[in-house]
Amino acid sequence: MTLPAVLASKAAGLASRRLGRGGGTALPGLVAERLAPDIVARLARTLGGGAVIVTGTNGKTTTARMLTDILRAGGTPVIHNRSGSNLMRGLAATVTAAAALNGRIPNAERTAAVLEVDEATIPAAVTAVRPQSIIFTNLFRDQLDRYGEVDSITALWRRAVAVLPPSATVILNADDPSVAALRHETRARVLTFGVDDVGAAAGEEEHPADARWCARCGAEFEYSARFFWHVGHWRCRGCGDQRPQPDVAATGIEAWADGQRVHVATPAGALRVRLPLAGLYNAYNALAAVAAAGVLDATPEQTERALRGFTAAFGRQETLRVRGRDVRILLCKNPAGVNQVLRTLAAGESGRPVHLLMILNDGIADGRDVSWIWDVDYEVLHGRTALVVASGTRAADMALRLKYAGLSERLMVEDGIQAAAGRALSQTPAGGRLYVLPTYTAMLAVRDHLAALAGRRRFWEQ
Amino acid sequence: MSNHDTTPASYSLRLAHLYPDLMNLYGDRGNIITLRQRCAARGITLTVVEIGIGDPFDTRCFDLIFMGGGQDREQQRIAQDLQAKGPAIRAAVADGTPALAVCGGYQLFCRSYQLGRGEELPGIGIFPARTLHGGEGTPRCIGNVEAEWDGGTLVGFENHGGRTYLDAGATPLARVRSGYGNNGDDGTEGAVTANAFGTYLHGSLLPKNPRFADHLLLLALRRKYGDAVTLTPLDDSLEQRAHASAAAAARRENARRRRGA
Repeated sequence: MTLPAVLASKAAGLASRRLGRGGGTALPGLVAERLAPDIVARLARTLGGGAVIVTGTNGKTTTARMLTDILRAGGTPVIHNRSGSNLMRGLAATVTAAAALNGRIPNAERTAAVLEVDEATIPAAVTAVRPQSIIFTNLFRDQLDRYGEVDSITALWRRAVAVLPPSATVILNADDPSVAALRHETRARVLTFGVDDVGAAAGEEEHPADARWCARCGAEFEYSARFFWHVGHWRCRGCGDQRPQPDVAATGIEAWADGQRVHVATPAGALRVRLPLAGLYNAYNALAAVAAAGVLDATPEQTERALRGFTAAFGRQETLRVRGRDVRILLCKNPAGVNQVLRTLAAGESGRPVHLLMILNDGIADGRDVSWIWDVDYEVLHGRTALVVASGTRAADMALRLKYAGLSERLMVEDGIQAAAGRALSQTPAGGRLYVLPTYTAMLAVRDHLAALAGRRRFWEQ
Repeated sequence: MSNHDTTPASYSLRLAHLYPDLMNLYGDRGNIITLRQRCAARGITLTVVEIGIGDPFDTRCFDLIFMGGGQDREQQRIAQDLQAKGPAIRAAVADGTPALAVCGGYQLFCRSYQLGRGEELPGIGIFPARTLHGGEGTPRCIGNVEAEWDGGTLVGFENHGGRTYLDAGATPLARVRSGYGNNGDDGTEGAVTANAFGTYLHGSLLPKNPRFADHLLLLALRRKYGDAVTLTPLDDSLEQRAHASAAAAARRENARRRRGA
């Protein structure tokens, strides 16, 4: 059934794009899965270059994109769900789009796959793809209205790594104790990444943490350095389990407003990674990509070159030039991620008052529950804002949160995203910079609008 | 002495925040931020004392008690410690101290919480009710809620696996208009005992229910400073807009559920 599924899916993709129905990533996957429920397994297993799955709460898209760029820089053809469609349907759409009209993937024997996969889809994806490696980036509270509790994700991941064969590799964030604990649950080879440079630790502690107790003995963790949320140099007070010394480690980080240099120690030697992205969270994304690239025998030179020229995924520190203003879009998904975004933004602007457009939607992909904004430390922007426009389907909730964070001066509410963008742009001085902080569906909408104003392509065409 | 309320700067309240490091799952911090800001806007000093596992707890020191929600695992962690604090909390509530317990906190303020695996967590029995969890595979009650309260409405978001059933004669906090509430069956939401309130609504609850936030503050102030105390009204236009958008979201979901049923 592979060939008919591939053809039908391609036709559906074509039709959906012709009709202007968005990126056409959902329908083709649906069609392919309907005709051949095991389409992902059939096609993914023909790949000789290895398949890598990237999962975790934050950093999936950026990490997968970095890894893809590194592998392509070495001449490896890579299949990649670049549009970020990361459920089984998205994977089905990705593999069928990569297949030729004979139903086969061209050059399959040397082609690799880099697949971003939703946290809760991991067991199904692992069974279908039989990946050579899985990267687990981190685990934070996120979309609890969809996932239930954080602990339910941990349970799914544990089951998934338990069935991996010894020939597979799990690539784990050593600094996130929930992720690092997976090394005790698998027969697969374990490779860890983390930040050794304790100078990157945040001055103040954030409020919640989503990993407090050891999965093995139940005792509480303690930290000698804490970078953000529960990520840092941890140790269990009970059984003494502790952060493993990472195989791929950031030994030094030099950061500036819109980039950083990360000195990375790897089993294959040292790398100097120059990243055109700010934020410690992006250093972690790069470490994960470097670790996975090493497993697939990428050379340090190839890795450095690819990351130096890396361009952000849509809406992730992407900068557009609109009406004479620099518009920087910073996707906001969950409190741990947004805290990182805010701190990076504040550090980058070093004291200058900032112009902000904050868009809160409550669609299924955003999380219908908007209570998470109360876990974000918007207070770090107190006294730093020149303008804040709150927008989205829950604009008033957003504005209210900002009011209670002490940002009520020059705070405006404008429900409609296009109107809000227009207002924010006109209030930002020419030559200045506007930061746009949208939730996921808001990002798609605002990015589309801004890109049209800037004369850029739409996200799925990238 | 009718202008007893003209010196609000002299008012001060102490709030006991129970297990803030463990019971904080759904932005419950917003409730504290709201009480703090609404006090500050009126010159009332609010001191928040965080009380964790093993910390001594003398309720005579407090004018308000708050506890947020957590996962089953966190609830299991604190259940025993909460038992030790139970008599003190019950005495405080009997003495009229206002208390607010949200979601997981509400469940543990009831008599007991029967987890899916048959295990039963004891509660502290402030509210005459018990909670049952149908076990893995039972759908959770998730969504926006609008419920009738005191001539108006309360709005928020609920996300709970357990269903709470009030004993006959117990007083619910509100009547569900859209959403599940205590159990999705009997239309009740939350519970009230004296000045203690239990609810499944987060979102956070207090920011977009300013009337309820002020109700708690007024109960605390009047208990401490006498019935003549009044609260200066604040500009709640943004709060009302957020309230209205949450209510609209709840109604949309309700309509969708009806169509689906």
